[in-house]
Amino acid sequence: MSVELSHYLLVGAILFSIGLYVALAKRNAVGILMGIELMFNAVNLTLIAFSRFAESPQPIAGHVFVVFVITVAAAEAALALALAVLVYRNRETIDIDKINLMRW
Amino acid sequence: MEDVGSIVAFWVLSVITVGAALMVVAVRNLIHAVLFLILSFIGVAGLYLTLSADFVAIAQILIYAGAISVLILFAVMLTPRAARDNAETFLQVPGLVLAALVAVTMGAIALVTDWSEATSGPMSETAEAIGEALLDKYVLPFEIASVVLLAAMVGAIVLVRED
Repeated sequence: MSVELSHYLLVGAILFSIGLYVALAKRNAVGILMGIELMFNAVNLTLIAFSRFAESPQPIAGHVFVVFVITVAAAEAALALALAVLVYRNRETIDIDKINLMRW
Repeated sequence: MEDVGSIVAFWVLSVITVGAALMVVAVRNLIHAVLFLILSFIGVAGLYLTLSADFVAIAQILIYAGAISVLILFAVMLTPRAARDNAETFLQVPGLVLAALVAVTMGAIALVTDWSEATSGPMSETAEAIGEALLDKYVLPFEIASVVLLAAMVGAIVLVRED
């Protein structure tokens, strides 16, 4: 029994759905950001697995794409955490149930 | 991948990664959740190594396990009076159902599809090839990424500046 592409894709799918649940269900804004990071990781793992196992004229393109995804994820994390700190400064909470100024 | 070592490494790292991600959901303390998230990041870096992606594994350790997790810990520490109980909203059950549906769908696709796998075998070291590709074929996205990082940095500083 050897490790194949589908094993990695399965791990990526499980990791993505755990991240999806965290991003949907957690009450703390920082927790939601943690779920988004988990989803980024799952997608990156899938890209690297395809880059390793699939036949391609450009075998390195998947790696380059992952490097760009990591870059944009870092920028997104910095901005999202700055927003969380800003919301906390104005409202003394980052509980998303209580941040409902725009609720109808 | 036929040798026993890489098979054992894959299963151990998969269990660490998924288990740590499940602990992010389960633990009741937000700080502990961040620590389990770091463990999950390190597990993913190990999985990159089993896929012979050395450069990406090091970048994962440096950026995710190093920088982003420290940023998340900072954000938790900078919100001292916010709730730290890692609780769920009223979306818990719909979120659980949706996540299970996504997992089943994508898992079924991964298992059923007949992926025509390459026989080329593992790559040798990738750092040199990635460097050449970034500065040759992908130089425009590379420059745009630097502008995006600069804009995000300036934006984060302007947002949280006290004046």
